[in-house]
This record gives sequence, structure tokens and C-alpha cells, in this order.
Amino acid sequence: MRTVRIGAGAGYSGDRIEPAVELAEKGALDYLVFECLAERTIALAQQARRADPEAGFDPLLGERLRVVLAPCRHSGTRIVTNMGAANPLAAARHAADLARRLGFAGLRIAAIAGDDVVDAMAGSDCRIEETGAPVSALAEALVSANAYIGAAPIAEALAAGADLVITGRAADPSLFVGPLAHAFGWSFDDWHRLGQATLAGHLLECAGQVTGGYFADPGYKDVAGLARLGFPIGEVSEDGSIVVTKVAGSGGQVTPATCKEQILYELHDPARYLTPDVSADFSQVRVTQLGPDRVRVDGATGRARPEQLKVSLGVAEGFVGEGQISYAGPGARARGELALAIVRKRLALTGAAASELRFDLIGIDALHGAALSAIGGHEPYEVRVRVAGRAASRAEAARIGREVETLYTNGPAGGGGVTTAIREVLGVLSTYLPRARVRPTMHMLES
Amino acid sequence: MKLRQIAHARTGDKGDTSSIALIAFDPADYPRLVREVTAARVKAHFGGLVAGDVTRYEVPSLGALNFVMRQALGGGVTRSLALDTHGKSLSSALLDLDIPDE
Repeated sequence: MRTVRIGAGAGYSGDRIEPAVELAEKGALDYLVFECLAERTIALAQQARRADPEAGFDPLLGERLRVVLAPCRHSGTRIVTNMGAANPLAAARHAADLARRLGFAGLRIAAIAGDDVVDAMAGSDCRIEETGAPVSALAEALVSANAYIGAAPIAEALAAGADLVITGRAADPSLFVGPLAHAFGWSFDDWHRLGQATLAGHLLECAGQVTGGYFADPGYKDVAGLARLGFPIGEVSEDGSIVVTKVAGSGGQVTPATCKEQILYELHDPARYLTPDVSADFSQVRVTQLGPDRVRVDGATGRARPEQLKVSLGVAEGFVGEGQISYAGPGARARGELALAIVRKRLALTGAAASELRFDLIGIDALHGAALSAIGGHEPYEVRVRVAGRAASRAEAARIGREVETLYTNGPAGGGGVTTAIREVLGVLSTYLPRARVRPTMHMLES
Repeated sequence: MKLRQIAHARTGDKGDTSSIALIAFDPADYPRLVREVTAARVKAHFGGLVAGDVTRYEVPSLGALNFVMRQALGGGVTRSLALDTHGKSLSSALLDLDIPDE
């Protein structure tokens, strides 16, 4: 039976570079997919685009393409990625320039745009899922609005001969469903196959998370070779079922357990996983070990796709300021607690305009709070004080870190290693648009 | 004994919702997970960390339960003041749950 070999070269925008090179050189791939867009990334990218009309795509696009273009050209592997972020057209122009400079003439690069619906959303009475308020209420705080587009435009770009397809906010599994639908000639109302292919995409989209990354727990779940983790290859059959594997000799492992964790990752109702392509049903999925690092996953299905497309809204929500300082040796915890009390009082005394504050002792209770951390009797050798707070302006946010920094000469004995940070908060909210109001467009460039 | 002896877990996040997949190492232990790790038990275990509801989905073909916990991430990854904004570390807290020996 014919299979299509599809690899995942990145699971998020900052992911390791060289596992994709290994896949391109040794994976015998038909397609190599780079999934690089988190909920928040596109709002950040939209801001970058506002500052520079030729920016707003993934900053690692060039670095990734530079190392995989040659092996992909050699093996006839086509590339699909959402590294276009807020500016797929500029990303495609950048990729074409790069390909020309590397001596690859005639590379066909498709940019898929149309996910940016900020003009349609500004002033819209569409309801925000999380708050129930109309989108119009966000007013100037609305930074970006991107509809999740599906696999169909990706398949069309491949049918038009694209060697490289660059999208913006396509749904993560759709980056895989598109090439599979194109390769097998599936119809976009073949819900069963689209459901299976969505499972394949879901298994692969986080790259190393299915080959032993985000999995190891020494003594319980041991994984060898995480420093040179191999990224996954899906061998997908015409019925949409998948065998997950990786390049022989690479680090990590593909086992039923690694696949089960990834099948359920970020799912809500496993019987109803909604994408732009299908309402996928993973509730009857089966996992079978076929050999070392070879696991078959099948049993998914699907029903008719949702009529509404999810829209991710980026919202400017002010700033977060933060400061940290460490204490060690006997009494470290007591000095850390004193430091927190001092900063709390200082912020009140100086009238810092923080709308919400958080005081943590890292090493004691910072992650899960006092109850779960079984506080009491626990005397660590060292603690790290952390204070974080929300503020409307950068200047107000800066005061939080500064009150931690002044502990050097004004606080408890032996404080060291201060770090301070300020970050702009881009909140992400959701709404929905009728499918007919989102029109993906394809633009073909050639190097 | 601890849940960690018979199951492994992975956390994911969407907005302010955290989801934890809990999977039996040995599918024969799946009925124990169903019996011992109820939505109410999980909600009580996380206490103040999870402000909203906890929903449990059963996936017997994988020997797994999937817990969906609303209002669990301090407003969501992008705005939370927490050290672990994604709540990635919550799966390890779930595995610390006590269950009866068999």
C-alpha cells in the first residue's frame, strides 16, 4: 500500500534547528512541516509588522530554510510552514531572495494569506468567547485578529506546484492534513479520512513531543538521547492511519506511551476536536507497537466541519514587571520571606500602581502554592524570591523590579543574583466568524 | 501509594484552561484510575489553583482519562503572573495524588 512520508521539523517557533536537517537528509520525506505559531506569537508578529511592513514573519524562517533547502531539493521534499505568521507575503519574498542567493533558481513559493481579519473584526458585534462582550468593546486594545484557516488552501498551493508553502494562522494539524489530502486526492468532505489525518497532524505537530521529548521522568519513564532528540516521521496510508517513527540512530523513542500522551495533548473532549477541516473524533483511537520506534495509531474518525471559524484576538493588556533575588545557607527561607514582606510594603508605601501582585519563593511554593507544596519543615539550602505585578505602563511595571533590586543594599543579608524584567502583555481572546467571511488567498512566487 | 506508581501524565493549555491526560502504564490499571481519580477528587487536589470546573473524559481504548480544568491558569498563558504560565508542571502535581494500595 502506498504511504506518504511526512516529517515535523519544528514544534514551536524557537525549536531546535538540526533535527529538521537530519529529517531532510535521512528521512526520505515527501513533506517536511514546520509548525511555529503559538496563540500569542501572531499578536507579537502583528506588532512587529506595524513597526516595519516587511516584518511580522517568524525571525528564524531564514535560518531554518538555509539549512534544509538543499537536502529538500535533493530528495524532492516539499516544505509547509506557518512561519508566515502576520505577514506570509513578506515571508515568501524573503524566502525567494534567500533561495536565489543560495543558488536555487525556480523554487516555487506559495504564500497563503487571508487569515488576517482585523479589519472585519474592529467594531464588530461578534461576542468574545471568554467574556461575552462584543469585540467592538476592545476598541484600540485590539492588536490582531486572525481566523484559523484549514488544509484546503495548502492542498491547492501544492496542486499548483509549490515547493514551499508559507501560511499565517493555519490550524496546526491542517499543515499536515493539507499535504496528505493533496497527495491522496481526498475530498474535503471525506470526514472520516480528514479525522484520521487530523490525528496524524496532531501527533506530529509538536515535533519532539511524540519522540520522547516532554516525557522523561527518571526511574519511571527513562528516555535516552534527549540532547539529540530525533523529530518524528509519519508514514501515512491512504486510509489516513499513521505509523509514527523517526530517523534510525537519532535520540529519543517512539513508544505507545509517548504516542498516547501526544494524542491527548491539549484536547478537551476527545470525541470532538474541532479544526477548520473537520470535527475529529479521537475517542476510539488505538495504539500498536510494530517494532522499535514504530507505532501504528488508527481508529480516529470525523464528522462535518464546524460552520464557524475560530478567530484569535490579540489584545494589549498593559505590562508585567518582575524582579528576582536569591538567598542561601542557614536561614535562607526566613530571609526570603523577609524580602517578600519588605517589597510588599515598599510597593504600598511608594504608591506603585500595580493592579495585581504575586509574591513567590522559588524552591518553596512558587509553582503550586502552599497546600500542594506541603509547606512546613522544608528548609531548602537556597531560595529565590520572585515578585511580579501588572501595570498599565512600562514605567509603572519597572518599579516592581526596582523594589526587588534595592534589596541589595536595603534588604536582608546576603541577597544576590538580582534579575528584573518587563514584558508587554498581549492577551489572547477568541471569537468566531462564519466561514464565508474568511477568504484565503494564494500568491505564487518563484526564486 | 502515589498515582505516579501506575500512571503517567501530560499537561496542555488553551487560554485559561488546563488539560491533563492521565494514562495507565498498564491498561489493566485503567479501571483503578476510573474509580480513584474522579473529577471531584482532582478539583479538591488542586484546591485554589483551579477556580473553575473540572470535567473528566474517559478514553478506554488508550487506558486514559482526560481532565479539563477551567480558570486554572491565572487568566491564561499570555497574561498570567505565575512562574509557570502554561501550567506545564501541573501534571506532576496530579501524579502526587494518594491512591489505595491494591
